[in-house]
Amino acid sequence: MARVVVLDYGSGNLRSAERALEHAGARVEVTSDHQRAFEADGLVVPGVGAFSACMRGLLEVGGDKVVDRRLNERRPVLGICVGMQILFERGVEHGVEAEGLGRWPGTVERLRSQPLPHMGWNTVSAPGDSALFAGFPPETRFYFVHSFAARDWPDAAPGPEGGEPPRLIRAEHGDSFLAAVEDGVLTATQFHPEKSGEAGIGLLRNWLGTL
Amino acid sequence: MAVAVRVIPCLDVDEGRVVKGVNFTDLVDAGDPVELARLYNGEGADELTFLDVTASSGDRETTYEVVRRTADQVFIPLTVGGGVRSTDDVDRLLRAGADKVSLNTAAVARPELLETASRRFGAQCVVLSVDARRVPEGGEPTASGFEVTTHGGRKGTGICAVGWAERAENLGVGEILLNSMDADGTKEGFDLEMIRAVRAAVRVPLIASGGAGDKHHFAPAVHAGADAVLAASVFHFGQLTIADVKDAMRAEGITVR
Repeated sequence: MARVVVLDYGSGNLRSAERALEHAGARVEVTSDHQRAFEADGLVVPGVGAFSACMRGLLEVGGDKVVDRRLNERRPVLGICVGMQILFERGVEHGVEAEGLGRWPGTVERLRSQPLPHMGWNTVSAPGDSALFAGFPPETRFYFVHSFAARDWPDAAPGPEGGEPPRLIRAEHGDSFLAAVEDGVLTATQFHPEKSGEAGIGLLRNWLGTL
Repeated sequence: MAVAVRVIPCLDVDEGRVVKGVNFTDLVDAGDPVELARLYNGEGADELTFLDVTASSGDRETTYEVVRRTADQVFIPLTVGGGVRSTDDVDRLLRAGADKVSLNTAAVARPELLETASRRFGAQCVVLSVDARRVPEGGEPTASGFEVTTHGGRKGTGICAVGWAERAENLGVGEILLNSMDADGTKEGFDLEMIRAVRAAVRVPLIASGGAGDKHHFAPAVHAGADAVLAASVFHFGQLTIADVKDAMRAEGITVR
């Protein structure tokens, strides 16, 4: 049974993430303890609210170091919602720029379409070789709730963690944005698998299967 | 593809038990909110809403327990409202496992509560619940002709419902639950005029509530501008299933899950 740590840095509905991962078949611990987070088979970085507030919370518990250390040793990490956004270089909210972890190139910006937040169940377009979305028909819907997202992945940028081009999974709400990225051991979803019913549990099971 | 229109059943919970409805013969305990939540999830509900109608605040501990048990077993979004008076109340509900918390009467009395909650927890989890009606004859007129009520629609406030929704959006709420007190309980359909008026004024998602009595009532609410539809009694009394409502909406060209 895969052992997973949900990183507790004061952000996100930790209880839901914990229970959904358990439901998907993991043994789960919610903690900010570095050693526990490093040793786990998989680390989940949740996150809700503002980009800058999440970054602040993450830095306060040294979560950036845990993520770095894991990725340097090729240990899997899954970011969820703002936990995905902070993997990019920067976030821009209300004209104010905040620095992200910079694992991925690009900027997290406010979506241009309405209504915002983009709230509800939407489809995604995943490539056929996706590990995360394996077995899902294209009409499968996942639960999103966010106003910000990474829209672009600079063409020239390789997948820093995978050594090969990352799989970019897109969704549309007026304009197109990144709904998920699979980059070697670093994976993230803009939507909430822990709130996406059976589809979400199946997706978490797929992720656990890669650990 | 576009985001699907959400269908949301609402459960009234009093001291940990579902009240009103519960007309389900195949459930062991139809008064158990968790059992009903699971049933609605199985039927394809896109979200769940619990309205805590517990009169005494001393008995609210049972509500937190219900939220905990539900969030542990049902993996779709859960909104909880009713009697939420402070950001600490919001915090406790979110910690118990609620994804969103709706504020109503307390926000009317202290609008700054919306701003504080939104700043602290994020706009995505703060819902403004508006109980609104047409200004009754002899009442103080409002700009839109609709006024906000409190105390379950019994007390008029003279506050313009559309203006209030706009203000709440500016204060940072992430969603508006618009409940028509005129339509509520009539089973004659949603108040489309009210939905249109609020839709024209706000950009956040809008949930229409009040008046659903037939599966054909839902599509017009969506065409009037609702992003989600909420109903209670038609579901609880087994009159309609979630699937009935979605099929009827799909037949009208609306995207559903």
